[in-house]
Amino acid sequence: MLLSCKETTRQLSQGEDRKLSFGERVALRLHLAICNGCRNVNAQIKFLRLAVKRLSQDGDEERTA
Amino acid sequence: MGFRTPNSSPLPSTADFRTQVESLRPYLLRYAALQLRDAAAAEDAVQEALLAALAGEANFAGRSNLRTWLTGILKHKVVDSIRRQVRERPVSELESEGEPTEFDALFDRRGHWQENPDTWQQPEGALGQKQFLAALELCLRALPARTAQAFMMREHLGLETAEICKEMGITPTHCWVMLHRARMALRLCLETNWFGK
Repeated sequence: MLLSCKETTRQLSQGEDRKLSFGERVALRLHLAICNGCRNVNAQIKFLRLAVKRLSQDGDEERTA
Repeated sequence: MGFRTPNSSPLPSTADFRTQVESLRPYLLRYAALQLRDAAAAEDAVQEALLAALAGEANFAGRSNLRTWLTGILKHKVVDSIRRQVRERPVSELESEGEPTEFDALFDRRGHWQENPDTWQQPEGALGQKQFLAALELCLRALPARTAQAFMMREHLGLETAEICKEMGITPTHCWVMLHRARMALRLCLETNWFGK
């Protein structure tokens, strides 16, 4: 089934927090292939992760134990 | 910048070690404050971490980067602190349950964008700007407290969702809802206050 943009944003977010099933990933890919807005949101979600890490680090180390 | 115990000296200078540990206090305070949103709680967590670090000085023994080592200790103290906070004031149902409805206005009745979100221009460039990081911090402060904490546990501390749910005393589904809300609110906030300008 085709996902709506609203469902897609929810799945994009969950994809950061749990492993999506094969079917879920296929549905996401299909939607992203045709939807510019959701592709942008996907990039923004990934950017948020980088940005938040940067808040306390000066960029000389990416991860802590 | 790694602190190393000189191989030639069997007894590392405790004074040196203390000085180095103390010099990292501002960084550690900032790290804890971002996560706890409470200056006093952040102070306590850092204090506990430093005491643990000084007591466990032998465990460090120049094996790794001092800051990385201290941050690892602090992370545990921060999670302890969040656990205590949650015990005193559990996550409200309002904050964790149900579908995020506050973003409904972005979509039409069939769930498609009313207006397609735009590409953010030069986000990598923004990462290097102090003003951008300040804007991001303001956006984080605008989130409901527990939502922000869950999000920061995920993205800043890098904890797994299962652990976050456990510490917050909520189900995985509620956890995902909170994390999703946090991301959607932050992207809107940054779009309004930074990228949309």
